[in-house]
Amino acid sequence: MDDAIALRDLVVDRGRRRVLHGISCAVPRGVVAGLLGPSGSGKTTLMRAVVGVQVVTGGTVTVLGRPAGSAELRRRVGYLTQAPSVYADLTVRENARYFAALHGRSRADADRAVADVGLGEASGQLVGTLSGGQRSRASLACALVGEPEVVVLDEPTVGQDPVLRADLWARFHELAAAGTTLLVSSHVMDEAARCDRLLLIREGRLIADDTPAAIRAAAGVTDLDEAFLRLIRANETGAAVGAGAHGTTGGTGREAS
Amino acid sequence: MNPRILAVTTGRILRQLRHDRRTVALLVLVPTVLLTLVYYMYADQPAPPAGPSTFDRIALVMLGFFPFIVMFLVTSIAMLRERTTGTLERLLTTPLAKADLLFGYGIAFGLAGAVQAAVASAVAYWVFGLDTAGASGLVIMIAALNAVLAVALGLFCSAFARTEFQAVQFMPVVVAPQLLLCGLFVPRGEMAGWLQAISDVLPLSYAVEALQEVGAHAEPTGTMWRDVAVVAGAAVLALVLAAATLRRRSG
Repeated sequence: MDDAIALRDLVVDRGRRRVLHGISCAVPRGVVAGLLGPSGSGKTTLMRAVVGVQVVTGGTVTVLGRPAGSAELRRRVGYLTQAPSVYADLTVRENARYFAALHGRSRADADRAVADVGLGEASGQLVGTLSGGQRSRASLACALVGEPEVVVLDEPTVGQDPVLRADLWARFHELAAAGTTLLVSSHVMDEAARCDRLLLIREGRLIADDTPAAIRAAAGVTDLDEAFLRLIRANETGAAVGAGAHGTTGGTGREAS
Repeated sequence: MNPRILAVTTGRILRQLRHDRRTVALLVLVPTVLLTLVYYMYADQPAPPAGPSTFDRIALVMLGFFPFIVMFLVTSIAMLRERTTGTLERLLTTPLAKADLLFGYGIAFGLAGAVQAAVASAVAYWVFGLDTAGASGLVIMIAALNAVLAVALGLFCSAFARTEFQAVQFMPVVVAPQLLLCGLFVPRGEMAGWLQAISDVLPLSYAVEALQEVGAHAEPTGTMWRDVAVVAGAAVLALVLAAATLRRRSG
């Protein structure tokens, strides 16, 4: 029971539409887990369920051994929403210091978090005057400033320049090495290779849950993009997926039956 | 509720306001401009045979109106922004309690309303010679309380608006009936029974009566304290209702 995040048969409806069709998976502690899938596949809904802000229709979401969204988790889980959720009429530093204070961290911690996302020089600037990429990094600083044990990041690297993107991924791995668990969503496949584990979802169903190497091996190709394509095709035809027992998940099997 | 989180949240809201210099300037200056208009409107009118001059009667009530109208609008928009930009959702995933946020707004904009009322009162008393039997401090206290009431109503109403256009439309819905029926235009005792009944359940009626008590009596009266308690109670009720609209989970 040392999983940081565990989903069991998670079903989510939004309005009349079923967005997640019974997803089961687990993310062990201290890894960077990538949540991949096309736009509209349910990534954000899954992340919101993990953070505990999503109304859930069925199944359970357990984070650090507790039901997602329980009061005690609020100081142990950090969340980066897809659209930067920082105050446009405050400076980067003021934003970071506010979120630091909510988590009982110092001003120095806040300034360090700002520097860590490469905004040290822009820290006195109003967030409203920043570029889109800078704004989303300001938001990221606010998600990391509380040094949470579980970090849920919804597309943190969109719009970032390649050098910064590499820096951010290095930072994520540093955090994981120190014991933090990160769930990072992306729709860019070249980022998938940087993750310790991958969760591929499509149309609200989990298609793969494994390490990048195992997914490549299972699909018999070296290119992850191609491997995912094969998994999706195999899944659609209902045939046994090449990845076998560890490549597919219970969630998908249950849906099919 | 956590005093430290409440304090940093209040500070954050005031800091946002401070960065918006134009809003601060408008908050402070507009009441003075409007008081000036009212002063000259009635300057050449004959004085009523008894009671306070028309300017005194209207200016006193206006001092209570300004923070009420302005803080209602400011809060509705500020809270709507929290909802639409995702900061509210994020805040609710942190150790912040709902009460920290609601009281943070109440204190921050209550202070802003108090400053506005103090400046407007200073102009009314010193420049335009407003005359009240009671202390000016009581006028400012009641005006600040109106600001807190308006913040509480704004926090509640923002839950029913999806856009800023909608939020602004709540101003005439919530504020205008209270202005019309508060007793400024027609004394409450002279209204038709059903209008009086409506007036009786609108909190601003009590704020206006409290201000009129300060205008007419040198010492705070029992009626004034009762009215103040009613307004404070209405503010607490609106805050509780606003808390009920803040959901940590949504669909």
